Amino acid sequence: MTQVSEADHSPVKSFHPRAREALKNDQLRGNFRNAMDGLMGKRTKAFAGWDLEALRQLGAGVRQRSLARLPDLLLQLESRLTDNGIQVHWAEDGDEACRIIRDICVERDAKRVIKGKSMVSEEMELNHYLEEHGIEALESDLGEYIVQMAGETPSHIIMPAIHKNTEEISELLHNKTGTERSHDVNYLTASARQQLREKFMQADVGISGVNFAVAETGTLCLVENEGNGRMTTTVPPCHIAVTGIEKVVATLDEMAPLLALLTRSATGQHLTTYFNMISRPRQPDELDGPEAVHLVLVDNGRSGIYQDDELIDTLRCIRCGACMNHCPVYTRVGGHAYGTTYPGPIGSILMPHLLGLDETRHLPTASSLCGACGEVCPVKIPIPDLLVRLRRESVDGDKLHASGVQGHGSKRSRGEALIWHGWQWLHERPGLYRFAMAMATRLRVLQPSRAGAWSRSRTTPKLASKTLHQRVGERARTTEATSRPVSGGEL
Amino acid sequence: MTDAIRVYPAKPDKVYFFGTCLVDIFYPDAGVAGIQLLEREGIEVVFPQDQTCCGQPAYTSGYHDQARAVAAAQLDLFPGDYPIVVPSGSCGGMMRKHYPDLFRDAPQAAKAESVAGRIWELTDFLLNVCHIHLDDLGEPTTVALHTSCTARREMGVAGVGPRLLQKLKNVSVVEQARPEECCGFGGTFAVRHPEISTAMVTDKVQAFVDAGAPEFVTTDCGCLMNIAGHADNTRQPLTGQHILSFLWQRVSATDDGDRV
Repeated sequence: MTQVSEADHSPVKSFHPRAREALKNDQLRGNFRNAMDGLMGKRTKAFAGWDLEALRQLGAGVRQRSLARLPDLLLQLESRLTDNGIQVHWAEDGDEACRIIRDICVERDAKRVIKGKSMVSEEMELNHYLEEHGIEALESDLGEYIVQMAGETPSHIIMPAIHKNTEEISELLHNKTGTERSHDVNYLTASARQQLREKFMQADVGISGVNFAVAETGTLCLVENEGNGRMTTTVPPCHIAVTGIEKVVATLDEMAPLLALLTRSATGQHLTTYFNMISRPRQPDELDGPEAVHLVLVDNGRSGIYQDDELIDTLRCIRCGACMNHCPVYTRVGGHAYGTTYPGPIGSILMPHLLGLDETRHLPTASSLCGACGEVCPVKIPIPDLLVRLRRESVDGDKLHASGVQGHGSKRSRGEALIWHGWQWLHERPGLYRFAMAMATRLRVLQPSRAGAWSRSRTTPKLASKTLHQRVGERARTTEATSRPVSGGEL
Repeated sequence: MTDAIRVYPAKPDKVYFFGTCLVDIFYPDAGVAGIQLLEREGIEVVFPQDQTCCGQPAYTSGYHDQARAVAAAQLDLFPGDYPIVVPSGSCGGMMRKHYPDLFRDAPQAAKAESVAGRIWELTDFLLNVCHIHLDDLGEPTTVALHTSCTARREMGVAGVGPRLLQKLKNVSVVEQARPEECCGFGGTFAVRHPEISTAMVTDKVQAFVDAGAPEFVTTDCGCLMNIAGHADNTRQPLTGQHILSFLWQRVSATDDGDRV
């Protein structure tokens, strides 16, 4: 069983021990490898026949334009939603968003909340908060339901329980709900559905996330596969949608390419089973739908990212999870190792802004900068460049481009800085460099066979008998002596 | 990630050769092989003796002041308007893609742009600028190819290695599982996160062995050091060398490469 206890998730700083534990867990590694291989394959298939580069360019452009007009679009969204009868609330951080939601619940005397999938609500730790205030919050997305039942947090933003295989889920459902043990996924799903159906009927409030908020029409779009999103937003008498302020787009036309990119990038689907467009509460002549609809717009560090010309690209994210699916590090250690709401590459460039670089300083280094994440990102977020940017922020490594991300310079150590100063000193002095390297190769018999962490699992490479500088110099002398065309010498 | 489509120039008379620091002290044969392949194409190769390192190790570690100082020391080494060839996707990517960012707002910005615009990954240059002709004089052999992530994604030359190997009539190429996945080197990543890096390189070596490749060739010495070092450490039947060394051996019928 893959049990990651609550205590392991905090603080984020203990990335290394958690990663080491995960690497030793063959079951966990197998679960992730299989799942990620499957998702990568599905994505490739879904984009077959498409000009993916053109589509990504389009998606990136939509997101860039939306962000460029973000303040205006948010005001337009608020105005349209209000006209449509949806109440809009603004929250500066997660705590404020939690309070707003609790107040709505208290006002309605609501005791039972059913939830659709929402990563922002994970960011806010909404479930804990509501429970502390006597309100039951039950997750209705199957993956979230499993994770909640196990007392865990999601290990992937699209597939929260991807770290568990069927056997583990069967065992969990058996222990918690008395479901018969089974390898039949359909049986297990049907059983969970049965349990959840009752809860939908009893719920006083449904809480959901939002994939796209369309400013022009005041439409909240929700992408899902299980129908739980539609149930959450239509069965209870009150629906509260909660989302980050960056999720707004100008028009329905602009939303369309993002939807095409999202479903294909996330799960390899041309379209999800359900696509909900919510524009108003139940009207007098309508038979169903909630009588009240609220939208809570959460900042929680986003406007800080928005101020920076480079970091703003982080906010383009449409939360497809493709960067995780293609990340060789995420695939090896899984989502829980990161210890953050958003794991993987996007988490490593987003979480430092939500929690501060001091708390999250290992995350930007937990990448080989292979670039797979940037290559598949449907909105072309330059994730590797942003990882490097955060590395330099954390060591305060650039006096020319000074800036102030929260926790800036917190990883700078005198020892490491000294090493890089020494490296600079040698490499900006070519004569000295040539001499030092020539000496090193001459004395190569003295080369230690071990080189720290490197040689724990690898043979240390042997220094050559002569450097390339020397070899080229010798060739130039020979060619000069035989008066052949000069080659390999200095200009 | 290289967005702009590059227009290949006509074959020049002369190129600058930036050897990279790993080639310099660990794999000079790869550098010499590269120079010989260029000379064989009738190109004069200029190797500025004052070159040291492109600055990438400090850059990816976040020490941009140090990276800029070392990179600045390279900028004056290429005064003529000739292409600059680099036997590495990684160092090539640093110079082509990251120099403009590194020197943004710095006095050397224009010079950095000029250098960046002339950088070519060497195998790409041999194939697409020199249209190299490869007469395979070697014994029949089997290899697999590992294209580095930077060659693949920063320099956008993933198609080059397979096409070069295809030209060698006595070489059969086998493909390992997940060829596009990182080997786990990542510069300082391998030292900062040794367990994760080891897990990655273990899988990479296994993929080669499973594919039945006794030898792999690669575009980058970082990957070479990592994959071959792990194969040797775990006594797997796999050796590796730089693709340039391999190509030179095939066309010159010599076996003087630094195979590891």
